[in-house]
Amino acid sequence: MSDIAVRAPTQGRDRDATAESPAARAILIGLAVVILTLFLFLPLATVFVGAFERGITGYLKTLGDPDTLAAVRLTCIVAAICVPVHLTFGVAAAWAISRFDFVGKSLLVTLIDLPFSVSPVIAGLVYVLLFGSRGVFGPWLAAHDIQIVFAVPGIVLATLFVTFPLVARELIPLMQQQGSDDEQAALTLGASPFTMFRKVTLPNIKWGLLYGVLLCNARAVGEFGAVAVLSGHIRGATNTMPLHVEALYNDYDMTGAFVVASLLASLALVTLAIKTFLEWRYADEIARRRRH
Amino acid sequence: MSLSDSLVKPSPLPGFGPALGAALLWLGLLVLVPLAALVWRASGLGLGGIIAIATQPRIAAALRLSFGLAFLAAVLNVVLGGIVAWVLTRYEFPGRRLLDAAVDLPFALPTAVAGIALTAIYAPNGWIGAPLAALGVKIAFTPIGIFIALVFIGLPFMVRSVEPVLAEFDPEIEEASATLGASRLKTVLQVVLPPLAPAFITGFALALARGVGEYGSVVFISGNIPFFSEIAPLLIVVKLEEFDEAGATAVATIMLTISFAMLLLINLVQGWTRKRMGHV
Repeated sequence: MSDIAVRAPTQGRDRDATAESPAARAILIGLAVVILTLFLFLPLATVFVGAFERGITGYLKTLGDPDTLAAVRLTCIVAAICVPVHLTFGVAAAWAISRFDFVGKSLLVTLIDLPFSVSPVIAGLVYVLLFGSRGVFGPWLAAHDIQIVFAVPGIVLATLFVTFPLVARELIPLMQQQGSDDEQAALTLGASPFTMFRKVTLPNIKWGLLYGVLLCNARAVGEFGAVAVLSGHIRGATNTMPLHVEALYNDYDMTGAFVVASLLASLALVTLAIKTFLEWRYADEIARRRRH
Repeated sequence: MSLSDSLVKPSPLPGFGPALGAALLWLGLLVLVPLAALVWRASGLGLGGIIAIATQPRIAAALRLSFGLAFLAAVLNVVLGGIVAWVLTRYEFPGRRLLDAAVDLPFALPTAVAGIALTAIYAPNGWIGAPLAALGVKIAFTPIGIFIALVFIGLPFMVRSVEPVLAEFDPEIEEASATLGASRLKTVLQVVLPPLAPAFITGFALALARGVGEYGSVVFISGNIPFFSEIAPLLIVVKLEEFDEAGATAVATIMLTISFAMLLLINLVQGWTRKRMGHV
């Protein structure tokens, strides 16, 4: 039967009964665009417009400043420690949780997520209570001349705390969904545990793993609250990039603050671009139904 | 049968011991021991000591502000996030993919960057702040500024919680409703939205928890005036700068206790809603 025959001739354009009227649709799309522009695109534009207030030479001058370079270097060090640590932890935790049944498993999953419900400032505070001069290990550390609080180790610890769940929670649902049939087959065919992991497990989870690493890296680079509590705020020594943004802002050097912020914003954009690409290309190999 | 056999189901796969050991070691060293230090310090203060600190006017004002604004921001995000999630899952239009990718921006953008950007926009000389200042409305350095920052930070939690459930919604149910004569609006309000309640509650809880503890994106736009625009996390920083670790511990303990109590309550509501909506 032709399409036209079913259609009532008087109706100009018939509409799907489960769709909104074109007007409602246009209004809703318009609203969504306004919301996202106001809350997402405008702040992003402000960063880049603000960064080039003094032109390209002014931009490069702030970038070449020794304090800025020191902040970039420290941020890279922090990320370079956090990512491998959580890569190891995430794979180990996901392996134990997704491949075995043991008492207390759901408690372990809850505890891994715990750092997400703790304010970053409190994450910083707990390390001050442990390693500060009047903290639990304070006197011992002072006696051995080890400084953790207001120094680089404290910054690393606080960042490790806030990035703790990111890799593990990406891998756990993915590996649970995949099941262990491939791995059991590999073992039955005589593969050693190491070969099985390298040739079966790792290829299966590589995109999910990359995705988790990406999120972990972004958070490690951008963490502010936890690091603000534990850094000594010494320029050129214990200021990460986000802390350097704050320092410049407090100096009323808005342009300078936006220059450093634009580096961080660029990294965020690259992260989002890779993330979107991975989700689009390898949707099946990345844990779905994620919670952030 | 040994003890370990009764705690772990036997499996042909290798590596349980080392994997669990590594996971527990990292978890213990990085998360549990530090949090235990907080609990230990708090127990030293005693319940009376903590309550005495919490009821100091300046601290009580900051706690009220943090929890109140985080709640209001999460409420607004139910509406804003709901609209965005609806548009992104239901409509096909040019630029949809870009908008969808952009929703995650508050997760990827460092909070300090968001903080100074929002401050610049809403300051009395900013792109939005200037026209509003001409009308006599001040946004930056007032609680309204904090509210806007918290909406910014909470929006993706709501969108990403609701989006997958909305995408999987069975169209036949909507068709049935339409066939039975319900108007489109009635179908949406009475058929589509109610089963989405658990997803909205999840998004609400996540946005609320994040908002209460948020520091970086708020601390610039808030102006930090005691009794007016000072948030609870900032007070922890202030107390630490004054070397008042007892005060910082007390504020942190109260924040965590109220947060966990709220999350527990929301979980209970969640369970009740799921049962009512026929989910298992």
